[in-house]
Amino acid sequence: MTPISLEAMAAQVPDGALVAMPPDYSLPSSALARALVRRGVRDLRLLGVPILGYSADLLIGAGCVAEVETSAVTLGEAGFAPRFTAAVRAGTLRLRDATCPAIHSMLQATEKGVPFMPLRGVIGSDILANRPDWKVVPNPFAPPGEEDPIVLLPALQPDIAIFHAAMADAEGNVWIGRRREIATAAHAARRSLVTVERVVEGNMLEDERLAPGVISALYVEAVAVAERGAWPCGLLDEYAPDGAHVAEYARLARTEEGFREYCARYVFGEARAAAAE
Amino acid sequence: MSTTAIRPEERLAVAIARLVLDPAAPPVRHVAIGAASPIPAAACFLVRALGHPLRVSLQQRRTANPFTEGSRELFDLTGQGRIDLFFLGGGQIDGQANINLIGTGEWPGRAARFPGSFGSAFMYMMTPRTILFREEHSPRVLVPKVDIVSAPGVSPPGVFRRGTAQALVTGRCVFRFHPDRARFSLASLHPGESIESIRAETGFDFDIPADVPSTPEPTEQELALLRGPVREVMLEPYPEFCARVFDRKSAA
Repeated sequence: MTPISLEAMAAQVPDGALVAMPPDYSLPSSALARALVRRGVRDLRLLGVPILGYSADLLIGAGCVAEVETSAVTLGEAGFAPRFTAAVRAGTLRLRDATCPAIHSMLQATEKGVPFMPLRGVIGSDILANRPDWKVVPNPFAPPGEEDPIVLLPALQPDIAIFHAAMADAEGNVWIGRRREIATAAHAARRSLVTVERVVEGNMLEDERLAPGVISALYVEAVAVAERGAWPCGLLDEYAPDGAHVAEYARLARTEEGFREYCARYVFGEARAAAAE
Repeated sequence: MSTTAIRPEERLAVAIARLVLDPAAPPVRHVAIGAASPIPAAACFLVRALGHPLRVSLQQRRTANPFTEGSRELFDLTGQGRIDLFFLGGGQIDGQANINLIGTGEWPGRAARFPGSFGSAFMYMMTPRTILFREEHSPRVLVPKVDIVSAPGVSPPGVFRRGTAQALVTGRCVFRFHPDRARFSLASLHPGESIESIRAETGFDFDIPADVPSTPEPTEQELALLRGPVREVMLEPYPEFCARVFDRKSAA
């Protein structure tokens, strides 16, 4: 396995792709999101697994996104995601609201190769009323005479899953630890583009302690090395989130002008070195 | 130690702990706490520090996080009925205990967009009991009818549902929820509040029993536990909260 450059990886994401991305607490590739802004990708459809954060807000603010399907967009302690909020208010973003377990279930349907998955709950939520692609059917296994309506969710296949793993090995396997919902996204997506902190020798699948946290190279199309590539988000037990930076982003991105200033400094400018890009 | 003034957060944590221990509610063996809920977390760690067996699982934290199947495992556990209690909030909460985490105005929140529903549309219906918690108690938040229903307060017969809200705890009072009539009643008043002040700050109609007590003050023992062992376990997952409320920064 030969890693490619971050910019080469960004070039592999076509305009209009359905891209699955993790939230800020679960292996986001902030480095690839910034590289996608630099590449000027357009009309992305983002899927939050199961919610979105900094990377999505950055891509939305930079005009790279046409549609978002997610259970929330948030900057956590730093508050609402300002460019997402502004885009919803302006009506410039197609938004498909979901709820966390629905997104997991739709990806699991694809992982299993079945057309749908049932999910309890949700009935009575306005989310359902705004999702014509979700259906309510009577539970076919209910005892006779009982109605028991239940929601069916269609299988959802992302074109690309992008995320940041702690390490890749010589075989192209990547290690995500216990963040197994990212493995589900990778299993369901047509292909995965993965940034990593580092590349290690050998084959992690031959180490019983590492293997349960591995996504096999079978699912991984390309690997790029991006040290501190989750920054300003944290990465597992390797580094903590940079809360001060996320707060600075939240403050600047409140206005269009401030957002452009942020991008000039941290996406296009000198300060991108903070994430070793 | 007890000479230090009681912080509002401490009072709320104790009020929530008493609701968790309410013998009239379904028993709690396992509580899950969402990512941004330090006061409910403090309440649950207090219940444990008081000697009650309680498994407390924190989402997205490095400590007290039992999940090895990623963020879907919380929902799988809840689907099976293995989470007994969950906490939810709302940008808007109405008198029927409907919650709105999506936004105000036209769908999908054209007047003011909130982050989104998270797992609420599932968790609220699949957990045997939910404690609603929102510090801001104003007509802006507690509305007659939510603009958008993220998750419904009650469900019609025939729709699978394990439980409803037990109570709504705010910075001003505790309301009990009565699913049979889909209404709140005023249960207790925090210091400085009156039935009139609650009525003025609440957009929805609610029942007022003949006797509305004050929310009991934290005891010396509860305060000592909060500021001692509870603070210790809260330091890693909630450092900012600990620094603000307990005047102590994480060593990290």
